Amino acid sequence: MRLLNIKPDRTWSFALAALPFAALIGAYLIGSGMRLAENPNDKLLPSFNAMLDAFRHMALTPDPRSGNYLMWSDTLSSLSLLLTALAISTFIALVFGILIGLLPIAGTTFGPVVAVASMVPPLALLPILFIVLGLGDGAKIALIVIGTTLKLIRDMALRVKDIPSELLIKAQTLGASTWQIALRVVLPQMLPRLIDSVRLEIGPAWLFLIAAEAIAADSGLGYRIFLVRRYLAMDVIIPYVIWITLLAFLMDLGLRLLQRKAFPWFAGARTA
Amino acid sequence: MTGIVFDKVWKEYGDHVVLERIDITIAPRSFVALVGPSGCGKTTFLRMLLGEEAPTRGQILVGGAPLKVEPGADRGVVFQRYSVFPHLTVLQNVMIGREFEHSRFLGKLLGAKRRAAETEARTLLDAVGLAGHETKYPAALSGGMQQRLALAQALNRKPKILLLDEPFGALDPGIRADIHVLIRKIWNENDLTVVMVTHDLSEAFRLGTRVIAFERPRNRPEELERYGATLGDDLAAQTQAGASITRDFEVWPKKIASPLGESDAGTQLDLKLATSNDNPAAS
Ligand SMILES: Nc1ncnc2c1ncn2[C@@H]1O[C@H](COP(=O)(O)OP(=O)(O)OP(=O)(O)O)[C@@H](O)[C@H]1O
Ligand SMILES: [Mg+2]
Repeated sequence: MRLLNIKPDRTWSFALAALPFAALIGAYLIGSGMRLAENPNDKLLPSFNAMLDAFRHMALTPDPRSGNYLMWSDTLSSLSLLLTALAISTFIALVFGILIGLLPIAGTTFGPVVAVASMVPPLALLPILFIVLGLGDGAKIALIVIGTTLKLIRDMALRVKDIPSELLIKAQTLGASTWQIALRVVLPQMLPRLIDSVRLEIGPAWLFLIAAEAIAADSGLGYRIFLVRRYLAMDVIIPYVIWITLLAFLMDLGLRLLQRKAFPWFAGARTA
Repeated sequence: MTGIVFDKVWKEYGDHVVLERIDITIAPRSFVALVGPSGCGKTTFLRMLLGEEAPTRGQILVGGAPLKVEPGADRGVVFQRYSVFPHLTVLQNVMIGREFEHSRFLGKLLGAKRRAAETEARTLLDAVGLAGHETKYPAALSGGMQQRLALAQALNRKPKILLLDEPFGALDPGIRADIHVLIRKIWNENDLTVVMVTHDLSEAFRLGTRVIAFERPRNRPEELERYGATLGDDLAAQTQAGASITRDFEVWPKKIASPLGESDAGTQLDLKLATSNDNPAAS
């Protein structure tokens, strides 16, 4: 049988998917074990126990100074920034993406400026944002919005243009106005695709958030990582990184489920 | 009166003449079948009639008035593919025309109006043989069912002209025969002029009251490239011939659409097919 025709069954799928994870963990354990055997005070690859202790300390014990559970307050602060920013960029992208993709006038007006602006490296704007908006949450949200919106807009506009022209003609022969077409034909077809695009922007959004938190913040997951870096506290950094990864993964999963639940027609239409 | 007149219509894309001097009058309630080799401009003809493309020269009149260069609710269309909205259920696909008509801002009907539109849509679905599939999405329908749905959807706005671009090209012969019965019935029971593009000559003669063939002169392509450069643009454009009407048959025996009002149009399509043979109006 050809390799490309071999499809793993459920048990095998699970085992195969688990394999790389197990390999990574195993490699870490071996490396960490070797270094700790040489020097029990080694900070670079802490043991699982050390990380568990640090996690307990950060997540389950209140901070003596503020009385907060640091990991949770960090999470809350980061997530609220991230979600606010993503909500803003999603909304902007939806509106402008549909405008640019659907209306030739809007396309010629905004298309070039969006194409150029999306080439600006967002991190290069961070100093400007800090200067203009101060060091608070505003600058961080703005950075994430700038970093994700432009790509989302272009993506949406392209997907709107991908709608077969037959459908737009058909709607017009049913008497639809531009507004009605946007509302009842384009928008509902874009929502599930928007979810796909936003899923791809979750990674960049975290990147911008952590970069901004690293430079100026007093809480947040990125802030904490860069703070404890001074003490080489790998036992804190690694659990935090795993936690951030898990959060990002759960957001991705959530969006995928939302797509499947809210747009039952989409899976069929995508393959058609 | 929805007679369609093409008055010396040309269509060119740049130097490429697609259609040349199309001069034709289509009587109201006729069923015109357009045939011709691939690439000769049948779809282009239909798109001009649809208002999606404007003629480069000449004009198109519908019911005496120049055609608006924009698709509208007076002209329904069924394409070979992508004719129904994938994100709407079968029932919603049919209703949406009425919703566009009556709900300017939301495009969505509520309450009693919605129920009325729903009843109307169900009747149409019943007529095209899709009763029982109301809640399915198009992706779950076969090709033939999707085309039936597209027909029901187009008919819901009661267009005066129905344009079909190889609507049944992808269907297998059995299903095609069924849908022929349906389209014939629809034409018979509604005040409808049908223009249908097809590659299937037997389909053209079976359904049409008139068959029109488009063709472009043979000797062209290489020659043109050669002379086009030396003759200069204007002359080249003139020598370069587009397709034009080469045959125009009235189909015999004559089919005549039954007078309207005899059957309860659109609501109750009884399965008796009105052909030239058993149509009382024809004899
Ligand atoms: N937008 C366009 N720009 C340039 N050329 C076009 C355009 N649309 C159609 N054409 C050209 O016009 C000619 C006729 O195309 P058309 O689609 O009308 O053919 P057709 O008769 O429908 O063919 P088929 O039977 O294959 O569907 C083709 O040579 C095509 O390349
Ligand atoms: Mg064609």
